[in-house]
Amino acid sequence: MVSVALPILIPLVAGALSLAFWQSQIAQRWIAVIGTGLLLASTVYLLLQVQHEGFVVMHMGDWQGPFGIVLVADVLGAIMAVLAGITGFAVAIYSLGSMGDGHERFGYYPLLHLLLAGVCGAFLTGDIFNLYVWVEVLLVASFGLLILGGERAQMEGAIKYVALNLVSSLLLLTGVGLVYGMAGTLNMADLAYKFSQVEDTGMITVVAMLFLVSFAIKAAAFPLFFWLPASYHTPPVAVSALFAGLLTKVGVYALFRVFTLLFTQDVGLTHTIILWGAGFTMLTGVLGAAAQFEFRRILSFHIVSQIGYMIMGLALYTPLALIGGVFYIMHHIIVKANLFLVSGVAYILRGSYELKQLGGLYKSSPVLAMLFLVPAMSLAGMPPLSGFFAKFIIVRAAIEAESYWIVGVALLVGLLTLFSMVKIWTEAFWKPTPEGVAIIELPGMRRAMLYGPIMGMALMTLVIGLYAQPIYDLAEQSATQLMDPSLYIEAVLGDPASGLSPSERLIHDAAQAGEAAAGNGAAINGAAGNGMEGEAP
Amino acid sequence: MMEGSLILRTAARFLMPLLLTFSIFMLLRGHDQPGGGFIAGLIAAMAFALYVFAFDVPTTRRILRVDPRGMLGWGLLIAALSGVISAMLGQPFFTSQWWPIQLPVLGELKLSTPLFFDIGVYLVVLGTVMTIVLTLAEAEE
Repeated sequence: MVSVALPILIPLVAGALSLAFWQSQIAQRWIAVIGTGLLLASTVYLLLQVQHEGFVVMHMGDWQGPFGIVLVADVLGAIMAVLAGITGFAVAIYSLGSMGDGHERFGYYPLLHLLLAGVCGAFLTGDIFNLYVWVEVLLVASFGLLILGGERAQMEGAIKYVALNLVSSLLLLTGVGLVYGMAGTLNMADLAYKFSQVEDTGMITVVAMLFLVSFAIKAAAFPLFFWLPASYHTPPVAVSALFAGLLTKVGVYALFRVFTLLFTQDVGLTHTIILWGAGFTMLTGVLGAAAQFEFRRILSFHIVSQIGYMIMGLALYTPLALIGGVFYIMHHIIVKANLFLVSGVAYILRGSYELKQLGGLYKSSPVLAMLFLVPAMSLAGMPPLSGFFAKFIIVRAAIEAESYWIVGVALLVGLLTLFSMVKIWTEAFWKPTPEGVAIIELPGMRRAMLYGPIMGMALMTLVIGLYAQPIYDLAEQSATQLMDPSLYIEAVLGDPASGLSPSERLIHDAAQAGEAAAGNGAAINGAAGNGMEGEAP
Repeated sequence: MMEGSLILRTAARFLMPLLLTFSIFMLLRGHDQPGGGFIAGLIAAMAFALYVFAFDVPTTRRILRVDPRGMLGWGLLIAALSGVISAMLGQPFFTSQWWPIQLPVLGELKLSTPLFFDIGVYLVVLGTVMTIVLTLAEAEE
């Protein structure tokens, strides 16, 4: 039970500790590695527990849901938390070798932990308002990280990033407010139950659109994606990698959560809109990338196009498509964060992110070239790497759902992705080093800190590709839970078969327990009972 | 920074202990009556901010004794750990634990995890506001 809170608590405590040791960078570095390592361990433990025992639920402060705030880990939430742990740990180690002295001194590590706490909180909360709060926590941390160093380009990117994300948060808050006004609860399980009892679902679909727009902005889906390529190439590369791996995926996760649990009243409308969004997201992202000649900008545009595949899985809304979507998220976070880390090493070796200034990396550092090739080919969907299976499952689901046009788009985008990756390969790795570009050598220790995380994540990409079955099973487990919201409701609030709504039953149970508060409980029971009559169909 | 007037400096010397005492009072009465860590932290920050205006930044840093950013970190740590105590007792995080004790003259003191949480919040608020105020004041110099 406690395990579900640890992935939030560990980074929070680590962040507080590194603030407390503000003066000592060495202490902060140790806390960063140990803290993110513990985070990874706790999330893996959580995932194993969820896999074997089902949902892990905790009512914070012993205030029972739907009145108190609950933390809920289902397979999807636990998978996302593990991915956050992996990315956080890899980036923390990488930061030791890549982060400038000035950045470390101005609070890089505390912000890193705070960001991870926010991300894990968003993945594990079972309360829609609490989701908003965690998203804000991670946004505040990301604002700080984005402008760390204070260069002109960073400020420019940050303004677009902040502005768009604030609009998105505002829409989200409006949506949460409207949902609360309609249903009188913020607990997602209780909401799902109450929405399933409503006959006239028009208003719910209207509110669903607010959530769709808000989370689509956060996920950088078409048409409001332009904040991402405008900002992700500006901060220090470790920050870019962290953002690329995790931030947009919070939006994707939230879409998966609300559009499988809460807003399934009018799938024909909502999920068709998502499908069109997915198609355009894929296409515009990959075309944008084709026009770029800066390492990190190309990768940023590819984040956008890959988001399209993930929400395509959600939009098709069949069990296989959801499996594909979840599989894609797992594959993508590792691959994309890794590519950014590789770009950072290229930058350190050649002093630039511009493809024109890069070159000769295959000759001077063949290991790095191989380490680039694994995630790059995986991103493009080459067998037997992880991206191939991710794309294969999704495309297969689309064929089964007879949405042939999206199949065409997905395959075309895969081809164009390959084009982009080959472009980076020929320019940065194969081409001879341009004249006048200094070649920088890495000292041994620093080399280990930079290459270690890249190797680890490349290895994971290989494992997901060559040993896909267990990963597929995991995705299947999560899809089964997503397709059947009653599992979620029952895990959080108990069995709804008793005929009472979750909140009524809770009060009923409390009254029956015959505690000292029994009189109060009965009074509330009466009040709540009256309230419910108005809503009963 | 400009030197404050004689009136302000004299007043600050008198107001400072009053404000700090009042902030502790607000902190301790917090969980049953209006008050609490947040508002108490703001009042304490006000006391130090007043000192910045009346005197100067180095003096204020000296009487604050600790780095406000460190204070922020320790506060956050105390607040987070106050939720962990209940988990060690096998209850969900942040379940309140109460240990009321009778003090000879002052009456009952409700020692509890919400109080620790409030103390954490107090330090976080004081640390945050002082970081902002001192940074701005230094930038002005």
